[in-house]
Amino acid sequence: MTKRDAAAALTLPVGKRDHIRGPADAAVTLVEYGDYECPHCGRAYPIVKTIQKQLGPKLRFVFRNFPLRESHPHAEQAAEAAEAAAAQGKFWEMHDRLFERQFALDGEYLIEYAGDLGLDVARFRTELSSGAYAPRVREDFRSGVTSGVNGTPTFFINGVRYDDSWEFEPLLAALEDAAVARS
Amino acid sequence: MADTNPAAEGPLPAGTQAPDFTLHSAPDQTVSLRDYRGHPVILAFYPADWSPVCGDQMALYNEVRSEFEGYGAKLLGISVDGAWCHRAFADQRKLHFPLLADFEPKGAVARRYGVYREGDGFSERALFVIDGDGVIRWSYVSPIDVNPGADGILRALDAVAGERTPA
Repeated sequence: MTKRDAAAALTLPVGKRDHIRGPADAAVTLVEYGDYECPHCGRAYPIVKTIQKQLGPKLRFVFRNFPLRESHPHAEQAAEAAEAAAAQGKFWEMHDRLFERQFALDGEYLIEYAGDLGLDVARFRTELSSGAYAPRVREDFRSGVTSGVNGTPTFFINGVRYDDSWEFEPLLAALEDAAVARS
Repeated sequence: MADTNPAAEGPLPAGTQAPDFTLHSAPDQTVSLRDYRGHPVILAFYPADWSPVCGDQMALYNEVRSEFEGYGAKLLGISVDGAWCHRAFADQRKLHFPLLADFEPKGAVARRYGVYREGDGFSERALFVIDGDGVIRWSYVSPIDVNPGADGILRALDAVAGERTPA
Protein backbone atom coordinates (compact mmCIF):
# COMPACT_ATOMS: atom_id res chain seq x y z
CA MET A 1 0.00 0.00 0.00
CA THR A 2 1.32 3.42 -0.91
CA LYS A 3 0.92 6.04 1.75
CA ARG A 4 1.42 9.72 2.06
CA ASP A 5 4.88 10.13 3.57
CA ALA A 6 4.11 13.06 5.81
CA ALA A 7 1.33 15.47 6.64
CA ALA A 8 0.40 17.81 3.79
CA ALA A 9 2.76 20.76 3.69
CA LEU A 10 2.93 24.13 1.96
CA THR A 11 4.57 23.82 -1.44
CA LEU A 12 4.84 27.58 -1.88
CA PRO A 13 6.72 29.11 1.05
CA VAL A 14 5.52 32.39 2.50
CA GLY A 15 7.32 35.16 0.68
CA LYS A 16 7.26 38.59 -0.86
CA ARG A 17 4.22 37.87 -3.01
CA ASP A 18 2.06 37.20 0.05
CA HIS A 19 -0.31 39.38 2.04
CA ILE A 20 1.18 39.23 5.50
CA ARG A 21 0.20 40.58 8.88
CA GLY A 22 2.68 40.26 11.71
CA PRO A 23 6.46 40.31 11.91
CA ALA A 24 8.68 38.24 9.63
CA ASP A 25 10.42 36.76 12.69
CA ALA A 26 7.19 35.75 14.45
CA ALA A 27 7.40 32.45 16.30
CA VAL A 28 4.43 31.03 14.44
CA THR A 29 3.06 31.51 10.93
CA LEU A 30 -0.58 30.80 10.16
CA VAL A 31 -1.52 30.56 6.48
CA GLU A 32 -5.18 30.47 5.53
CA TYR A 33 -6.50 29.39 2.16
CA GLY A 34 -9.92 30.94 2.02
CA ASP A 35 -12.91 31.95 -0.07
CA TYR A 36 -14.75 35.22 0.60
CA GLU A 37 -18.13 33.66 -0.12
CA CYS A 38 -17.60 30.52 1.96
CA PRO A 39 -19.72 30.66 5.13
CA HIS A 40 -17.15 28.64 7.10
CA CYS A 41 -14.43 31.15 6.16
CA GLY A 42 -16.81 33.89 7.21
CA ARG A 43 -17.14 32.25 10.60
CA ALA A 44 -13.38 31.71 10.88
CA TYR A 45 -12.68 35.38 10.12
CA PRO A 46 -13.48 36.86 13.56
CA ILE A 47 -11.81 33.89 15.25
CA VAL A 48 -8.55 34.58 13.42
CA LYS A 49 -8.87 38.28 14.21
CA THR A 50 -9.26 37.61 17.92
CA ILE A 51 -6.31 35.24 17.86
CA GLN A 52 -4.17 37.85 16.10
CA LYS A 53 -4.94 40.29 18.92
CA GLN A 54 -4.24 37.70 21.56
CA LEU A 55 -0.90 36.51 20.17
CA GLY A 56 0.31 39.91 18.97
CA PRO A 57 3.82 39.84 17.51
CA LYS A 58 4.16 36.11 18.16
CA LEU A 59 1.93 35.49 15.14
CA ARG A 60 2.37 36.10 11.43
CA PHE A 61 -0.86 35.64 9.45
CA VAL A 62 -1.03 35.08 5.70
CA PHE A 63 -4.15 34.91 3.55
CA ARG A 64 -4.22 33.19 0.16
CA ASN A 65 -7.14 32.84 -2.22
CA PHE A 66 -8.92 29.57 -2.76
CA PRO A 67 -12.19 30.50 -4.47
CA LEU A 68 -14.55 27.55 -4.99
CA ARG A 69 -15.99 28.91 -8.18
CA GLU A 70 -18.58 26.23 -8.80
CA SER A 71 -20.04 26.43 -5.30
CA HIS A 72 -19.74 30.18 -4.85
CA PRO A 73 -20.53 32.33 -7.88
CA HIS A 74 -19.06 35.54 -6.40
CA ALA A 75 -15.92 34.03 -4.90
CA GLU A 76 -13.56 34.52 -7.82
CA GLN A 77 -14.55 38.14 -8.41
CA ALA A 78 -14.27 38.90 -4.69
CA ALA A 79 -10.78 37.37 -4.59
CA GLU A 80 -9.74 39.47 -7.56
CA ALA A 81 -11.23 42.55 -5.87
CA ALA A 82 -9.04 41.95 -2.81
CA GLU A 83 -6.01 41.68 -5.09
CA ALA A 84 -7.02 44.85 -6.95
CA ALA A 85 -7.22 46.61 -3.58
CA ALA A 86 -3.81 45.15 -2.71
CA ALA A 87 -2.38 46.81 -5.81
CA GLN A 88 -3.43 50.08 -4.20
CA GLY A 89 -2.08 49.15 -0.78
CA LYS A 90 -5.42 48.21 0.81
CA PHE A 91 -5.52 44.44 0.78
CA TRP A 92 -6.40 43.89 4.43
CA GLU A 93 -8.98 46.66 4.46
CA MET A 94 -10.74 45.00 1.50
CA HIS A 95 -10.24 41.52 2.93
CA ASP A 96 -11.99 42.59 6.14
CA ARG A 97 -14.77 44.36 4.29
CA LEU A 98 -15.47 41.32 2.09
CA PHE A 99 -15.78 38.99 5.06
CA GLU A 100 -17.89 41.47 6.98
CA ARG A 101 -20.17 41.94 3.98
CA GLN A 102 -20.09 38.38 2.74
CA PHE A 103 -23.77 38.56 1.86
CA ALA A 104 -23.17 41.45 -0.58
CA LEU A 105 -20.47 40.52 -3.07
CA ASP A 106 -22.09 41.50 -6.37
CA GLY A 107 -20.02 43.66 -8.70
CA GLU A 108 -21.65 46.95 -7.74
CA TYR A 109 -20.95 46.32 -4.07
CA LEU A 110 -17.29 45.62 -4.81
CA ILE A 111 -17.07 48.99 -6.56
CA GLU A 112 -18.82 50.62 -3.59
CA TYR A 113 -16.32 49.10 -1.17
CA ALA A 114 -13.45 50.33 -3.31
CA GLY A 115 -14.91 53.83 -3.02
CA ASP A 116 -15.41 53.50 0.73
CA LEU A 117 -11.78 52.52 1.15
CA GLY A 118 -10.62 55.53 -0.83
CA LEU A 119 -9.25 53.56 -3.76
CA ASP A 120 -8.90 54.91 -7.28
CA VAL A 121 -12.26 53.49 -8.34
CA ALA A 122 -11.72 53.90 -12.08
CA ARG A 123 -8.53 51.88 -11.90
CA PHE A 124 -10.15 49.32 -9.62
CA ARG A 125 -13.09 48.89 -11.98
CA THR A 126 -10.86 48.53 -15.04
CA GLU A 127 -8.59 46.00 -13.39
CA LEU A 128 -11.51 44.00 -12.08
CA SER A 129 -13.31 43.84 -15.42
CA SER A 130 -10.15 42.91 -17.33
CA GLY A 131 -9.33 40.12 -14.87
CA ALA A 132 -5.95 41.70 -14.18
CA TYR A 133 -5.50 39.66 -11.01
CA ALA A 134 -7.04 36.39 -12.21
CA PRO A 135 -3.57 34.86 -12.80
CA ARG A 136 -2.53 35.79 -9.28
CA VAL A 137 -5.67 34.20 -7.83
CA ARG A 138 -5.05 31.04 -9.93
CA GLU A 139 -1.49 30.91 -8.64
CA ASP A 140 -2.79 30.99 -5.07
CA PHE A 141 -5.35 28.31 -5.91
CA ARG A 142 -2.77 26.01 -7.55
CA SER A 143 -0.38 26.40 -4.65
CA GLY A 144 -3.25 25.40 -2.37
CA VAL A 145 -4.10 22.31 -4.39
CA THR A 146 -0.50 21.07 -4.45
CA SER A 147 -0.19 21.78 -0.73
CA GLY A 148 -3.18 19.58 0.12
CA VAL A 149 -5.86 22.21 0.68
CA ASN A 150 -9.00 20.11 1.06
CA GLY A 151 -11.76 22.64 1.48
CA THR A 152 -12.18 26.13 2.80
CA PRO A 153 -10.87 27.35 5.07
CA THR A 154 -7.69 25.25 5.21
CA PHE A 155 -5.02 26.40 7.64
CA PHE A 156 -1.29 25.67 7.72
CA ILE A 157 0.68 26.21 10.92
CA ASN A 158 4.39 26.71 10.30
CA GLY A 159 3.91 25.12 6.89
CA VAL A 160 2.03 21.98 7.95
CA ARG A 161 -1.68 21.47 7.26
CA TYR A 162 -3.76 21.79 10.38
CA ASP A 163 -6.54 19.19 10.33
CA ASP A 164 -8.09 19.79 13.74
CA SER A 165 -10.86 22.18 14.70
CA TRP A 166 -10.32 25.87 13.96
CA GLU A 167 -12.67 27.00 16.68
CA PHE A 168 -11.08 29.65 18.89
CA GLU A 169 -9.72 27.52 21.72
CA PRO A 170 -8.22 24.59 19.79
CA LEU A 171 -6.73 26.87 17.12
CA LEU A 172 -5.21 29.20 19.70
CA ALA A 173 -3.80 26.23 21.62
CA ALA A 174 -2.28 24.75 18.46
CA LEU A 175 -0.66 28.09 17.59
CA GLU A 176 0.70 28.54 21.11
CA ASP A 177 2.14 25.02 21.04
CA ALA A 178 3.78 25.71 17.69
CA ALA A 179 5.21 28.98 19.02
CA VAL A 180 6.68 27.22 22.04
CA ALA A 181 8.12 24.44 19.86
CA ARG A 182 9.90 27.07 17.81
CA SER A 183 11.42 29.13 20.58
CA MET B 1 -18.23 8.79 11.82
CA ALA B 2 -15.88 6.98 14.18
CA ASP B 3 -13.22 4.95 12.46
CA THR B 4 -14.38 1.64 13.86
CA ASN B 5 -14.85 -0.49 10.76
CA PRO B 6 -11.92 -0.01 8.42
CA ALA B 7 -11.71 -2.31 5.42
CA ALA B 8 -9.87 -5.42 6.52
CA GLU B 9 -7.68 -6.10 3.53
CA GLY B 10 -6.47 -2.61 2.58
CA PRO B 11 -6.47 -1.05 -0.88
CA LEU B 12 -5.02 -2.78 -3.92
CA PRO B 13 -1.41 -1.61 -4.10
CA ALA B 14 0.54 0.09 -6.88
CA GLY B 15 1.55 -2.32 -9.61
CA THR B 16 -1.73 -4.26 -9.53
CA GLN B 17 -3.90 -4.49 -12.64
CA ALA B 18 -7.02 -2.45 -11.83
CA PRO B 19 -10.09 -4.74 -11.79
CA ASP B 20 -12.46 -3.78 -14.59
CA PHE B 21 -16.06 -2.91 -13.76
CA THR B 22 -19.22 -1.58 -15.34
CA LEU B 23 -21.41 0.72 -13.24
CA HIS B 24 -24.23 3.15 -13.79
CA SER B 25 -23.11 6.77 -14.20
CA ALA B 26 -26.74 7.80 -14.76
CA PRO B 27 -30.04 5.92 -14.56
CA ASP B 28 -29.82 5.16 -18.29
CA GLN B 29 -26.07 5.06 -18.78
CA THR B 30 -23.15 2.86 -17.77
CA VAL B 31 -19.41 3.38 -17.67
CA SER B 32 -16.68 0.72 -17.79
CA LEU B 33 -13.15 1.24 -16.61
CA ARG B 34 -11.81 -0.22 -19.87
CA ASP B 35 -13.50 2.63 -21.80
CA TYR B 36 -10.74 4.87 -20.48
CA ARG B 37 -7.73 2.87 -21.70
CA GLY B 38 -5.07 5.22 -22.97
CA HIS B 39 -5.86 7.83 -20.31
CA PRO B 40 -4.90 7.97 -16.67
CA VAL B 41 -7.96 7.48 -14.48
CA ILE B 42 -8.51 8.85 -10.99
CA LEU B 43 -10.87 6.60 -9.09
CA ALA B 44 -12.13 8.42 -6.00
CA PHE B 45 -14.14 6.23 -3.62
CA TYR B 46 -16.05 8.23 -1.01
CA PRO B 47 -18.50 7.18 1.70
CA ALA B 48 -21.68 8.96 0.62
CA ASP B 49 -23.32 11.77 -1.33
CA TRP B 50 -24.58 14.83 0.53
CA SER B 51 -21.65 15.45 2.79
CA PRO B 52 -22.61 18.53 4.77
CA VAL B 53 -19.24 20.25 4.54
CA CYS B 54 -18.66 23.22 2.33
CA GLY B 55 -16.00 22.38 -0.21
CA ASP B 56 -16.21 18.66 0.42
CA GLN B 57 -14.05 16.17 -1.42
CA MET B 58 -16.13 15.93 -4.62
CA ALA B 59 -16.65 19.70 -4.71
CA LEU B 60 -12.90 20.16 -4.39
CA TYR B 61 -12.17 17.75 -7.25
CA ASN B 62 -14.77 19.53 -9.32
CA GLU B 63 -12.84 22.77 -8.85
CA VAL B 64 -9.50 21.09 -9.54
CA ARG B 65 -10.56 19.13 -12.61
CA SER B 66 -8.77 21.48 -15.02
CA GLU B 67 -5.52 20.51 -13.27
CA PHE B 68 -6.39 16.83 -13.76
CA GLU B 69 -7.33 17.45 -17.38
CA GLY B 70 -3.88 18.93 -17.90
CA TYR B 71 -2.61 15.35 -17.53
CA GLY B 72 -5.32 13.97 -19.83
CA ALA B 73 -6.71 12.22 -16.76
CA LYS B 74 -10.34 11.19 -16.28
CA LEU B 75 -11.91 11.56 -12.88
CA LEU B 76 -14.54 9.11 -11.62
CA GLY B 77 -16.27 9.47 -8.26
CA ILE B 78 -17.71 6.27 -6.82
CA SER B 79 -19.92 5.51 -3.83
CA VAL B 80 -22.67 3.07 -2.86
CA ASP B 81 -25.37 5.65 -3.56
CA GLY B 82 -27.80 4.92 -6.39
CA ALA B 83 -27.82 6.62 -9.79
CA TRP B 84 -30.80 8.86 -8.98
CA CYS B 85 -29.20 10.02 -5.78
CA HIS B 86 -25.95 10.74 -7.66
CA ARG B 87 -27.88 12.72 -10.26
CA ALA B 88 -29.52 14.94 -7.64
CA PHE B 89 -26.22 15.39 -5.82
CA ALA B 90 -24.30 16.22 -9.01
CA ASP B 91 -27.00 18.68 -10.11
CA GLN B 92 -27.09 20.44 -6.78
CA ARG B 93 -23.30 20.69 -6.45
CA LYS B 94 -22.79 21.37 -10.18
CA LEU B 95 -20.35 18.48 -10.50
CA HIS B 96 -18.95 18.04 -13.99
CA PHE B 97 -17.59 14.50 -13.80
CA PRO B 98 -19.26 11.08 -13.54
CA LEU B 99 -20.38 9.68 -10.20
CA LEU B 100 -20.63 5.91 -10.38
CA ALA B 101 -23.21 3.92 -8.43
CA ASP B 102 -21.59 0.94 -6.68
CA PHE B 103 -25.12 0.05 -5.72
CA GLU B 104 -26.04 -3.46 -6.88
CA PRO B 105 -24.59 -5.67 -5.64
CA LYS B 106 -23.86 -3.09 -3.03
CA GLY B 107 -20.21 -2.11 -2.72
CA ALA B 108 -19.03 -4.91 -5.04
CA VAL B 109 -16.43 -2.73 -6.76
CA ALA B 110 -15.22 -1.24 -3.47
CA ARG B 111 -14.75 -4.81 -2.20
CA ARG B 112 -12.65 -5.75 -5.23
CA TYR B 113 -10.45 -2.73 -4.63
CA GLY B 114 -10.13 -3.63 -0.94
CA VAL B 115 -11.82 -0.52 0.38
CA TYR B 116 -15.30 -1.62 1.54
CA ARG B 117 -16.19 -1.09 5.21
CA GLU B 118 -18.33 -4.10 6.13
CA GLY B 119 -19.81 -2.82 9.35
CA ASP B 120 -20.65 0.59 7.90
CA GLY B 121 -21.98 -0.45 4.52
CA PHE B 122 -20.00 2.12 2.57
CA SER B 123 -16.49 2.50 1.19
CA GLU B 124 -13.39 4.07 2.57
CA ARG B 125 -12.33 7.49 1.38
CA ALA B 126 -9.85 5.90 -1.04
CA LEU B 127 -7.97 7.15 -4.07
CA PHE B 128 -6.51 5.18 -6.96
CA VAL B 129 -4.53 6.58 -9.85
CA ILE B 130 -4.60 4.11 -12.76
CA ASP B 131 -2.36 4.54 -15.80
CA GLY B 132 -3.35 4.31 -19.46
CA ASP B 133 -2.60 0.57 -19.45
CA GLY B 134 -5.01 -0.05 -16.59
CA VAL B 135 -2.35 -0.56 -13.91
CA ILE B 136 -2.80 0.98 -10.47
CA ARG B 137 0.08 3.39 -9.94
CA TRP B 138 -0.88 4.88 -6.59
CA SER B 139 -3.44 4.13 -3.93
CA TYR B 140 -4.25 5.89 -0.71
CA VAL B 141 -6.83 5.54 2.05
CA SER B 142 -7.57 8.67 4.03
CA PRO B 143 -8.93 8.63 7.56
CA ILE B 144 -12.69 8.44 6.97
CA ASP B 145 -13.34 11.94 8.28
CA VAL B 146 -10.39 13.63 6.55
CA ASN B 147 -10.78 14.92 3.02
CA PRO B 148 -7.50 13.82 1.40
CA GLY B 149 -7.26 16.82 -0.92
CA ALA B 150 -5.77 16.53 -4.40
CA ASP B 151 -2.03 16.87 -3.84
CA GLY B 152 -1.35 13.12 -3.76
CA ILE B 153 -3.31 12.62 -6.98
CA LEU B 154 -1.34 15.35 -8.74
CA ARG B 155 1.98 13.87 -7.61
CA ALA B 156 0.93 10.45 -8.89
CA LEU B 157 -0.23 11.89 -12.22
CA ASP B 158 3.08 13.71 -12.44
CA ALA B 159 4.98 10.46 -11.97
CA VAL B 160 2.87 8.68 -14.62
CA ALA B 161 3.29 11.55 -17.08
CA GLY B 162 7.03 11.75 -16.43
CA GLU B 163 7.49 8.17 -17.59
CA ARG B 164 5.43 8.50 -20.71
CA THR B 165 7.31 11.49 -22.05
CA PRO B 166 11.05 10.92 -21.73
CA ALA B 167 12.95 14.17 -22.23
